[in-house]
Amino acid sequence: MNTHSTSTEANTVYHSSVDSAVAPAVLPATRSFYWSVRRELWENRSIYIAPLAAAAVFLFAYLIGTIHLPAKIRALSGLDPDQQRHAIAMPYDFAAGLMMVTAMIVGVFYCLDALHGERRDRSILFWKSMPVSDAVTVLSKASIPLAVLPLLTIAITVAMQIIILLISSAVLAGNGLSVANYWTQLSPFQMSLGLTYHILTVHLLGHAPFYAWMLLVSAWARRAAILWASLPLLAIGFVEKIAFNTSYFANLLLHQLSGGSEAIATPGTMPIEPGMQFTPGHFLLSPGLWIGLSVTAAFLFAAIRLRRNREPI
Amino acid sequence: MLCIEARGLRKAFGTNVALDGVDLRVEQGRILGIIGPNGAGKTTALNAVLGLTPYQGELKVLGRDPWSERDQLMRDVCFISDVAVLPRWIRVSQALDYVAGIHPRFDRAKAESFLARTTIKRGSKVRELSKGMVAQLHLALVMAIDARLLVLDEPTLGLDILYRKQFYDSLLNDYYDRNRTIIVTTHQVEEIEHVLTDVMFIDRGRIVFNSSMEEFESRYLEVMVNPEQLAAARTLKPMHERPAFGRTILLFDRADRQQLAGLGEVRTPSIADLFVAVLGNPSSGAKGAAQ
Repeated sequence: MNTHSTSTEANTVYHSSVDSAVAPAVLPATRSFYWSVRRELWENRSIYIAPLAAAAVFLFAYLIGTIHLPAKIRALSGLDPDQQRHAIAMPYDFAAGLMMVTAMIVGVFYCLDALHGERRDRSILFWKSMPVSDAVTVLSKASIPLAVLPLLTIAITVAMQIIILLISSAVLAGNGLSVANYWTQLSPFQMSLGLTYHILTVHLLGHAPFYAWMLLVSAWARRAAILWASLPLLAIGFVEKIAFNTSYFANLLLHQLSGGSEAIATPGTMPIEPGMQFTPGHFLLSPGLWIGLSVTAAFLFAAIRLRRNREPI
Repeated sequence: MLCIEARGLRKAFGTNVALDGVDLRVEQGRILGIIGPNGAGKTTALNAVLGLTPYQGELKVLGRDPWSERDQLMRDVCFISDVAVLPRWIRVSQALDYVAGIHPRFDRAKAESFLARTTIKRGSKVRELSKGMVAQLHLALVMAIDARLLVLDEPTLGLDILYRKQFYDSLLNDYYDRNRTIIVTTHQVEEIEHVLTDVMFIDRGRIVFNSSMEEFESRYLEVMVNPEQLAAARTLKPMHERPAFGRTILLFDRADRQQLAGLGEVRTPSIADLFVAVLGNPSSGAKGAAQ
């Protein structure tokens, strides 16, 4: 009885002193989020090195290829306007495609390792000794494929396309060909707009559930996260095919991966092509988008819960 | 003021009970050593205190529930769980930047001055440092945090003796100030013995011994007797006895010092000796002699 009453008393005294001591030291969540993202970039430099390296290699190859550019442009005069435009836009589309593929590969490997590597090298015990919640940790990791990589892809691709445009213009002008004609065929502004729209709708919102799934697997799996992330999806597809001879699940995944049919009026084409019609209203109202985002939120929530009681492996 | 208060703390992994109803009170300003055999539940108990593992029972650390409030708790609690948990890719300068950015109670200048006493270079990555240097770096980061509870779980395992000695010396001289609480577990009991204010033995998920060092020193005595005096010594009911160079060392709980002095050389036992006596093999003569 006696001990009990003294301990209650001690607790009361204690609580008031805790409150006054902690109040001035509260850190805004944005600050810990900022440092968490920075730490991810320190650890995973491939996030920006891989796209920059791919861009450098591409530009180097393109620079060598410009030897043939004047001849190519002269040969175009015999073709109809659509084919001309297509031929001129090709290196730009190719540059964009290369950046997107690079970002996806980086994103996949990043996510599969994000919550697995810290357990493998035991550093989770250090990260957990810092006043950062599991929610901030998981969300800062999710922000790499869902914010950092898309924005980086847009920025590097636009920069690449500007460089290609300048190199090509200089080569054409040097060979006495019309630069103005080349620019009007391309319409650079619309190209950048289309690229941004494509990356935001397909690579960010469309692929979000996949990245969240991989983060969840990396928080859960003890080893071989890449197998745990891919084999169950394949298994579901095969079981469905064999048992019911249907492919709803596989089609659902492909539909989600390709960005669906709602974002643009003519699905299956690159939005960089001229005359492309964006249908953002249609896209934002499509149930597929919102189901995908709900699934993303559920996966991330599960990853946060898992990370909470994860220990080194 | 209470730093840790636990009532009926329980944790089981499947059928393996790691903590079996532990009651624990740790006052502020104590340096508590937790000693126990491997798998006794030391790390599980500390993980519960640090909010790293869920548990059954009541537990308050600095007035907070560790499992649901780990991130807030970590503003006032620091821990080094195991050696070399610093991420291997991080640079020393990045580690300083990160903790300075994320921890509201981190004093960067202090950490820099601790590091200045070592040979650790700012530009080095952790993977380039020796195990002892990683422990120095971690300790420098942790000591620069104005925390109220520091938990050290085998912080010097695998380090050579120079680093181990240095580790506990800096902890005492540069960190401990009587307002802070430190909990430490280690297998090298003799190295922390002089540092502790309290000691606790854990075995099979239960606290089997808990005492302040003052009480420990006044309560337990050890005497080394020659074979001819062994029978006389045994009548005083030693709790444990062990052979040593043809003589026998007997350990007594609350025995009369004068009386023991007549039998042989009397001294305070080491924690390790008492640990063996408390947890010792029941088949050795100790239990029989104590009866």
